[in-house]
Amino acid sequence: MTEAAASAPALVGALPSEASPWGLARRRLLRNRLALFMLGVFVAIVLLSLAAPIYAHDVAHTDPFRSHLDGTTVVNGKRVLVIPQSTGGLGIGATPIGPTWDLHHYFLGADNQGRDVAARLLYGGRNSLLIGFFAALITCLAGTLIGVVAGFFGGITDGVISRVLEIVWAFPVYLFAICLSVILVNQDFVFGPVRVGSGSIALPIMIIGIVYIPYVARPVRGEVLSLRRREFVEAAIGLGASRTRLLRKDVLPNVATTVIVLFPLVMAIAMLTEAALSFLSIGVQPPDASWGTIIQDGKDLIRTRPAVALAPGLAIALTVLALNVLGDGIRDALDPRAKVRGVR
Amino acid sequence: MLRFVVRRMASALFVMFSLSVLVFLIFFATPGADPTARIAGKNASQQTLHEVRKDFGLDRPMPVQYGLMMERLFVSRDLISSVTRDEVVPQIVEAAPITFSLVLGASILWVVFAIALGLIAAVYRGRTLDAVVMIVGLIGISMPVFWVGEVVNMFTQSRLHDTFLFSWVPPLGYVPLTQSPLGWFKALLMPWLTLSILYIGLYARVLRSALVESQEEDYVRTARAKGLSERRVLFRHSLRTSLITFVSLFGLDFGALVGGGALLVEVVFNLHGLGWLTYQSLQQFDLPVIMATVVYAAFFVVIVNAAVDLVYALLDPRVRHA
Repeated sequence: MTEAAASAPALVGALPSEASPWGLARRRLLRNRLALFMLGVFVAIVLLSLAAPIYAHDVAHTDPFRSHLDGTTVVNGKRVLVIPQSTGGLGIGATPIGPTWDLHHYFLGADNQGRDVAARLLYGGRNSLLIGFFAALITCLAGTLIGVVAGFFGGITDGVISRVLEIVWAFPVYLFAICLSVILVNQDFVFGPVRVGSGSIALPIMIIGIVYIPYVARPVRGEVLSLRRREFVEAAIGLGASRTRLLRKDVLPNVATTVIVLFPLVMAIAMLTEAALSFLSIGVQPPDASWGTIIQDGKDLIRTRPAVALAPGLAIALTVLALNVLGDGIRDALDPRAKVRGVR
Repeated sequence: MLRFVVRRMASALFVMFSLSVLVFLIFFATPGADPTARIAGKNASQQTLHEVRKDFGLDRPMPVQYGLMMERLFVSRDLISSVTRDEVVPQIVEAAPITFSLVLGASILWVVFAIALGLIAAVYRGRTLDAVVMIVGLIGISMPVFWVGEVVNMFTQSRLHDTFLFSWVPPLGYVPLTQSPLGWFKALLMPWLTLSILYIGLYARVLRSALVESQEEDYVRTARAKGLSERRVLFRHSLRTSLITFVSLFGLDFGALVGGGALLVEVVFNLHGLGWLTYQSLQQFDLPVIMATVVYAAFFVVIVNAAVDLVYALLDPRVRHA
């Protein structure tokens, strides 16, 4: 043993080359069966959502963005109306057809406008996943930048940034998002050369991306502050390393793990926020679909045709659960000693 | 302690001021459109536009506009809705008790059940029961709360309403406590459960890991060495310190509850509180009402957070002197 310790360099050479921190983390993650299973679930959901146009055009033969109030479909070989005539006279309160469990004809039934819920569910998944992913990307990139700048430069910079973060942190996220959405969603957003149309999904992406920035910036800032006091950073400073070198070689690689752990968790809350905003009609705008807007469509049908609201809700719950488990798995793999989750 | 209280109050006031400025800037200074048109509502006549501009001082400098706005919100309280032309603040005052009842009940359920489950999970660490609590916690935070509410409604109002299980559930809506305490309780029980179910599992997890962690601490070993019973060690020594993490998280999530979950749950269960008011005004694009509810709700959250911090300081003397 003592001999082995004495010939440490030789020992390092003898270890398998993938014993880098990243290699170790990958091996730990590969051992986590639950996390791998959830990764599979997540990939399956993404692939299904990507296949939305294929399903709509080639399997269900329907356009899920146009109403088919007097459309017809086939149930058990018989042609029926998508929204049967109501006996109540004016056609008010007519109930659309329920799930046929036939992939070619209104698998999950129709919504109030006679649109195919299954096809809308897949299209909705594209928007929900897209918004969740890019919002989380904005949050993580901006949060990292802000957190690193505050922690690394300290002084007045840190004081100002921390104060601003504190204020945004104290603003309940949904209220913040509502304020931004209500102003931006009903008109085109113009800022210098940038122009975003009012119905564009870039708006929910931007809004959700912004409101969660403190959730990333604060832990990153803390991480950078504690890194600055670590021996290897002090050694690098003592050796005369430049700021750029310090940032690139010492700070960023160490902050990266924090941000990678946060990413799936931020994407999970971003997707839940998107659903809530769309449910309040200030997220994705009609005729576009997202899982939140479909739940909203199904709200009035919950007693008669629950499938319309149940299906997208289950889709959200499953996706977010997958992201949460995956996030926990990545955290355990990267930092087995971490205890409490950083973001919810 | 007094110094801590004063400092915390000052910081809360600062945050409240900054939030009101932030909201003001979002509503009045976002590039892209004229705030006059936004406040006047859709299809406003030239005369209304003119009145709004004069009324809100929109032709005057920003700080004056801000001052006028705050005066109308908090001093004269005569801000009017751009749709119904009713005064906004009385509506908020009327709606507040409903939101307060909802949030208070939900947080009591959430804290009581979370502590119970967290203790169970910590005591049965590594066994099936522990795993079940962990999984329920994860599922809880993965579901959209408004969707859970819809599903609860589907069962209690429609599918299973005629069975003995849910026949007692009243139709959606609120019953004032002063009118009928039992009716109040019955009307709110399902919304409470919906709102708290999301947090119970999560907080049980937080408490469990804090309890497990505290088992390694010196003071727990000392307590055991003194010959205290396992139960006494758990309740008097482990639990008390573990609640510190719990309380500090609670402050944050209580805010999230008022500004997020409660808003959505009110819409689903047709409780005419602040969230429902916000929802209605969102549908009609009634900006003065949205702004007023957001500012009042945010202020409420900041005040609650400050109060939670004071409790936190009472529990943990180290915080007071930090």
